[in-house]
Amino acid sequence: MPAVLAEGLVKRFGETEALRGVDLEIERAKVLGVLGPNGAGKTTTVRILTTLLKPDAGRAILDGIDVVAEPQRARARIGLTGQYAAVDERLSGLENLEHVGRLFHLGTAVAKDRARELIERFGLVDAGHRVVNGYSGGMRRRLDIAMSLIARPSVLFLDEPTTGLDPRSRQDVWELIEELVCGGTTTLLTTQYLEEADRLADEIVVIDRGMVIARGTADELKRQIGGDQVEVILEDPADASRVIELVACHTCGESHLDGGDGRTVVMPVTSLDGMVPKVVRDLDEAKIVVRDVGVRRSTLDDVFFALTGHAAENGENGEASDGEGGASADTQRVEEEAQLG
Amino acid sequence: MTTTVDQLVAPAERDETPSGPVWLLRDSWTEALRHLRALPRNPELLMFATIQPVMFVLLFVYVFGGAIEVPGYSDYKQFLLPGIFAQTVLFNSSFTGVGVAEDLSKGIIDRLRSLPMYQSAVLIGRTMSDIVRNVITFTVMLLVAFAVGFRIEGTIGEAILATWLLFFFSYAFSWIQAWMGLSVGSVEAANSAGFMWMFPLTFVSSAFVDPSTMPEWLQPIARNNPFTIVTNATRALYNGRPPGSDLWVAIAWAVGITVVFALLAARKFASSAAK
Repeated sequence: MPAVLAEGLVKRFGETEALRGVDLEIERAKVLGVLGPNGAGKTTTVRILTTLLKPDAGRAILDGIDVVAEPQRARARIGLTGQYAAVDERLSGLENLEHVGRLFHLGTAVAKDRARELIERFGLVDAGHRVVNGYSGGMRRRLDIAMSLIARPSVLFLDEPTTGLDPRSRQDVWELIEELVCGGTTTLLTTQYLEEADRLADEIVVIDRGMVIARGTADELKRQIGGDQVEVILEDPADASRVIELVACHTCGESHLDGGDGRTVVMPVTSLDGMVPKVVRDLDEAKIVVRDVGVRRSTLDDVFFALTGHAAENGENGEASDGEGGASADTQRVEEEAQLG
Repeated sequence: MTTTVDQLVAPAERDETPSGPVWLLRDSWTEALRHLRALPRNPELLMFATIQPVMFVLLFVYVFGGAIEVPGYSDYKQFLLPGIFAQTVLFNSSFTGVGVAEDLSKGIIDRLRSLPMYQSAVLIGRTMSDIVRNVITFTVMLLVAFAVGFRIEGTIGEAILATWLLFFFSYAFSWIQAWMGLSVGSVEAANSAGFMWMFPLTFVSSAFVDPSTMPEWLQPIARNNPFTIVTNATRALYNGRPPGSDLWVAIAWAVGITVVFALLAARKFASSAAK
């Protein structure tokens, strides 16, 4: 049984449909990345799963507990780090931790012990007795995450944990989350940053306008839209058509000439494993002179663009770029797959 | 330093979440403690909260005091100061709204709502801790009042009853403020929204002058203002006079406001979200 199972979650706010039937599943000790632009429905999903919001339809089961029917039991098993660092600025780091521990009914002594453990573990020992008001954004975020771990939750929810952090603090928080994840905490992580999902998540669901439009591992998603590419730059543009013929057996789509110079052949491939040596060998045997062979890995940015027709972190102007025929065809294919799955 | 992440996050064995009135009290106390711990760390906040009422006492006694005459009281101070007491404790209820709005906007209420605690403890703890703050400012103000010549002429019992009534009334109003703080969502809005209506409420009353000196259309409003009733009851008790029906009507107002607005605030709380 998965640690978290959500089926057909629907949520309306007045006229707007924030969620239009979201399904998701998190296996125990895995990290699910929920990726989507602002307003896609990520936070609404988290709020439903953490009992803060009741869905209009659908159900959510956490550790075998229906979160709508038995919110209080579910709450004992979750840790929530919301979009804002929810720390009390007037208290010290230790006091903040103890406070949450007591509200989890751990008992004063246990709450104190856990607070000390976590403050050590999260590198805040020196600041532990200081009032949070003087903490940096990164320190607040670390304390915030520590607070959600105080009662050893079986599922941890991180809603955009690095939004608003400077690059250095973001790196810190990533390392922290990576460690937690290695330790086997089942985690749901929402993010607008493709890099973040790529780095931290075992599985990703892409949400746009209240619907899951794709799911899979980062690699699977990249593959779904044609994946990585090998670029061959030729000495003589006249060889181009011969090269396209030659590499046809390696590609997963149509190779094509790219750029104005007429000497760059771009070939989409499903996997880059051993691809460059193979291509070089074939070209060598055919005595074709090559200036350079390079690879271009597709990023989740590309995936997002191909799936939604608009760039990530920029959810508002979705209609802007439907021009690319190949991309929208791919979008459709993936959408169908998502619905079938 | 030898703890590993494994140990930190492995799901613990868990009993069913404890419940019952004892836990409601404990959770409320835990929440109240969160605010009480912060009190001595911001002495300047408390200082400003005290300066204003002290200034009011001095201004009204020395600036307006000579010009204002009230029937039934030879000394204006004996009439005025219970009114200022009532106004001050009522004004202090606005701290509740500001505090609640701050917790809400910082996401603290979201976190608290995701914990297996008594949800109502958040607002109970908040309103309770605000009484403590109120008691501190009230004490300072009372000392200043004694210094300018105010005397308690009733019995100790009457004085205690009068003081209790003031705090009960202020407590009722802090539920109005809690509801407003949850509704407006930002600290700034809570601050001005919480204060604005309390000016007409406390001035169109018997706190500073006898309502019969007001224009005729305003008199019924001033006379039936619950704040007038509380002020009259308190004033009578401090001066050792019989409060009459004012005492019971004032208590009824306080009970009614508490019940209605605690329910409204609880409903708002259950659907609140950081904005």
